Amino acid sequence: MADMPDLLIQTLWDGFVAGMLYALIALGFVLIFKASGVFNFAQGIMVVFAALTLVGLHEFGINAWLALLLTLGVMLVLAVAVERVVLRPLVNQPDIILFMATIGLTYALIGLGEFIFGGNPKVMITEELFLPRGSIDLNVFGGFVSLQKLDIAAAVIAFVMIAALSLFFQYTRIGRALRAVADSHKAALSVGISLEQIWVIVWFTAGVVALITGIMWGARSDVSFALQIIALKALPVLILGGFTSVPGAIVGGLIIGIGEKVGEFYWGPLLGKGIEAWLAYMIALTFLLFRPQGLFGEKIIERI
Amino acid sequence: MFYREAGQFKTSYYADQAIFPILQDRIGVAVILFVAFTLPLVASDFFVGSVMIPFLVFSLAAIGLNILTGYTGLISLGTGAFMGVGAYACYKLTTIFPNVPIVVHILSAGFFSAAIGVIFGLPSLRIKGFYLAVATLAAQFFLQWCFVRIPWLYNNNASGAIEVPVRTLMGIDVTGANATPEVRYYLILAIVVGMTWVASNLVHGRIGRQWMAVRDMDIAAELIGIRLLNTKLLAFAVSSFYCGVAGAVMMFLWYGGGEAADAFNINQSFNILFMVIIGGLGSLIGSFFGAAFISSFPTLLKFGLPLIGIHIGSASVEHLTHFAIGALIIAFLIVEPHGLARLWQIAKQKLRVWPFPY
Repeated sequence: MADMPDLLIQTLWDGFVAGMLYALIALGFVLIFKASGVFNFAQGIMVVFAALTLVGLHEFGINAWLALLLTLGVMLVLAVAVERVVLRPLVNQPDIILFMATIGLTYALIGLGEFIFGGNPKVMITEELFLPRGSIDLNVFGGFVSLQKLDIAAAVIAFVMIAALSLFFQYTRIGRALRAVADSHKAALSVGISLEQIWVIVWFTAGVVALITGIMWGARSDVSFALQIIALKALPVLILGGFTSVPGAIVGGLIIGIGEKVGEFYWGPLLGKGIEAWLAYMIALTFLLFRPQGLFGEKIIERI
Repeated sequence: MFYREAGQFKTSYYADQAIFPILQDRIGVAVILFVAFTLPLVASDFFVGSVMIPFLVFSLAAIGLNILTGYTGLISLGTGAFMGVGAYACYKLTTIFPNVPIVVHILSAGFFSAAIGVIFGLPSLRIKGFYLAVATLAAQFFLQWCFVRIPWLYNNNASGAIEVPVRTLMGIDVTGANATPEVRYYLILAIVVGMTWVASNLVHGRIGRQWMAVRDMDIAAELIGIRLLNTKLLAFAVSSFYCGVAGAVMMFLWYGGGEAADAFNINQSFNILFMVIIGGLGSLIGSFFGAAFISSFPTLLKFGLPLIGIHIGSASVEHLTHFAIGALIIAFLIVEPHGLARLWQIAKQKLRVWPFPY
């Protein structure tokens, strides 16, 4: 039996990796929501945009590491531009208006990305960035499991990022300022926190997270605009974990990732395949009915 | 000077609440209707078929979404899917009952869509805002999956697409290859005019006021005795009804069949959301403005840019459209959150006091 793949554990592992990657995208959302109260629909396209910029710059003949630095620069410019053009004029507007503005931002970025880099899928530069290739076969009791080295790297990086960001939010001065801004723009302004600075910092951080996510997703498949649909999977993750919780993003990501893969593997054939497309949303929707604020979310108290 | 009532002569609430209080407005509406109904006599088939029909279909869908998002404040990203439900319901109905007039099918398809809309609207009591947006995304992806994976919905045919059968109304072909653009245009126009009239009565009446109260502050609305669940579900039902009819009309009278999974995907949902935002949240006339703007924008770019001497390929036009629409959304949200409808209102107000600005 030792030659047979162990399907359950393999599925669990696939789910785990997918969950980690969902968690990374969700992390970008959480960062911005936690630090500015903006529900950033554009996080998905930021992932694509960052990865495209990296690959595009490399195609122009720029060294991979230099391209990485330049991409970081582009994300900083993007953060400043978003703050100047979109957020500053919309201070104190209802959340839903800001949400719609980020949908507008999504389309603007899609157009811009297509305009500069073309609409065709590109191959991520994995070797140049020293990302591991190939796979390891592990013997477990039921059979063997094949683990992509890249996936292991992705999981490790995701875990480190998430740990670092939770510490950052909890224990640093800027982290506290970010949380203050999320609570109330007005109150934060009145105690001398610079809204502009905070927004640039947080959008830049989200841009960095987007870049890392983009590299990881891009290495597994191609870098293309189709990725942003996958990025929408981060929304159910957020709902499960709660919009304001960094650990919530990771737990939600794992639940969604594993639930989705296991669901597809065991029930997919019964229902006619492809239930991955909506299973995550259905899990989240059912969950919402029992605990509207998510696993780690803050309970919303409303007053008139 | 000409566009004004000469003093306040209203003696009844009925007159005071008139939707078009000024005579010129009433004449204007009559003229617009007259032009709309005589248009096919003067315009080319191309104009009627590729400009006016899409515009009317999108207007209907935009009215649907506007009722939900603009009037009731519930954001929805599942419009495309609800349109799809209408299209498939109409397809099933017309193949099961081939002898019933197609108009009946189109309108009853709306009821199926409304029922699905209510099901996905059920969580709206407990969840709101972004959470609800995600719930409607669930509808979008689930329904889209159903359209592809449930063969019963497209009658098990090999292509997996809707094949619109030929249906006649009073001896004239209205669907299928032989239906002329004029016939289809008139049918759509009649549906749009009728449903706009109904929508106008709904939003100006008791139900509309309840919707707006829920939008402005749902807890306060609950305190003054509006039943939240009923009101929200009604908004979902009416909105989905409109979207469903729009979807059925789109498939049967415009596309003439095809891959519904593509026509009703999430981009369609965004498209209609953009129409509502640019046209004006919470405004019926805004739905028309938005639909006209968004549905004609790519064409304008395609034919307008060469006129002013810029030559770009068709792929670039698409990219440019994405970018421009995204930028416009942001610009409108910042500068004029109430959209084109508000600009129209300002223009009318200025005209009303002209030539004395105060």
